[in-house]
Amino acid sequence: MYPAAFDYVAPRTVDETLAILADRGEDVKILAGGQSLIPLMKLRLAMPKKLVDINRVPGLDTVGVADGHLTVGALTRHNDMVHSEVVAAENHTMAAAAPWISDPLVRNLGTVGGSLAHSDPQGDWGSVMLACGAEMVARTTRGQRTIPVGEFFVDLFTSALEPDELLTEIHVPRYQGPAGGTYLKLERKVGDYATVGVAVHLQLDAGRQRIEQAGIALTAVGPKNIKAVDAEQALVGQVPGDDLFAEAAELAAAAAEPRTDVRGSADYKRSVVSTFVRRGLSRAAEQAGRA
Amino acid sequence: MKVTVTINGTEREADVEPRVLLADFVRTTLGLTGTHIGCDTTSCGVCTVLLDGTPVKSCTVFAVQADGRSITTVEGLRTNGELSAVQRAFKEEHGLQCGFCTPAMMLVATDLLATNPDPTEDEIRWAISGNLCRCTGYVNIVKAIQAAARTAQPVGAGE
Repeated sequence: MYPAAFDYVAPRTVDETLAILADRGEDVKILAGGQSLIPLMKLRLAMPKKLVDINRVPGLDTVGVADGHLTVGALTRHNDMVHSEVVAAENHTMAAAAPWISDPLVRNLGTVGGSLAHSDPQGDWGSVMLACGAEMVARTTRGQRTIPVGEFFVDLFTSALEPDELLTEIHVPRYQGPAGGTYLKLERKVGDYATVGVAVHLQLDAGRQRIEQAGIALTAVGPKNIKAVDAEQALVGQVPGDDLFAEAAELAAAAAEPRTDVRGSADYKRSVVSTFVRRGLSRAAEQAGRA
Repeated sequence: MKVTVTINGTEREADVEPRVLLADFVRTTLGLTGTHIGCDTTSCGVCTVLLDGTPVKSCTVFAVQADGRSITTVEGLRTNGELSAVQRAFKEEHGLQCGFCTPAMMLVATDLLATNPDPTEDEIRWAISGNLCRCTGYVNIVKAIQAAARTAQPVGAGE
């Protein structure tokens, strides 16, 4: 299968990339890992007139810690997230999600920023970022802005990025106290889209008595990744425990908007959401030092 | 666009449209048909090549992206006419039935053993989880990779 013809350019700097986007933003698609975009182009669901390949732009694939954030360069490959010591040390939710992204070959090319910009509700990173309260850093020739993840996913395959904007970095707040998190995913086989995915983040107070922060987000059960706000609010200020987690699980299941398809019925998926939220919260509480 | 690659140690140059996929570039333009095309939808992994040493699905990379880079295909696993340890192990352990997935499986195994010379069975199964065998011959594929790991021969790509 061949995509429709397009012009190809491979800039060597961010500024050069931004200038191309400013000039022809509407007709242009950014090529990062290409593991979603190229299949879409082969099916001719995407027919950009010009591809801007950012794989030769240095400095966009760094993972580090700065100003209270874990910073993830948009061009960081999924496989680099799997093996990142910084990620393993800093954020349980991200560390748990990385090995679940597609399959090993796709993880070698696919990128965190590309996945987020693609805004597929079956994308795993979207839920991780919603649960962890991340911010997206986007640049244009006009300057830079920071987009809270809650405003980033607009609709199916639609992010808040403007046509001339380049997603350069993701900022994830560092843990400010005892914290834990995980990502649970049900898939029919390696590399298949999620039937259901659930990202969980919990932070306790210094005495490990009460929940200070809670993040829960759902994959593949709606037109975009869903932040289970009611479930999160039910947890904050409370003492962690099985009954509380069961209550949050039911609220999260109510927030899901699953559809019956080849991967399962809507009822089944809602039930998996509930089970995963309960399991995920227990695991997160354990990691935070509170069984 | 002009694309120059070093494929299996040899520099090759060709003029291609940007929309030409690396899998077709390798097979049709460069005439190396050991790289197979199966699903053409980023699912089956039989089109795997090593791009700068890393296994990727060549049906989901444009040839222009490989400009200036090095590619290893199954044809490059031999060194001086000798099969690599991975190739010998696939032969001896019956690691192939129809052979369609075999070039990709051997390339993934080569990459695995280069970074993890003594993998567990779980690690082997994890490493090949992006590659489908339509004969479902996974048991002997895993055995072959285990056998290759046991040999003292270097397992690097034969460039």
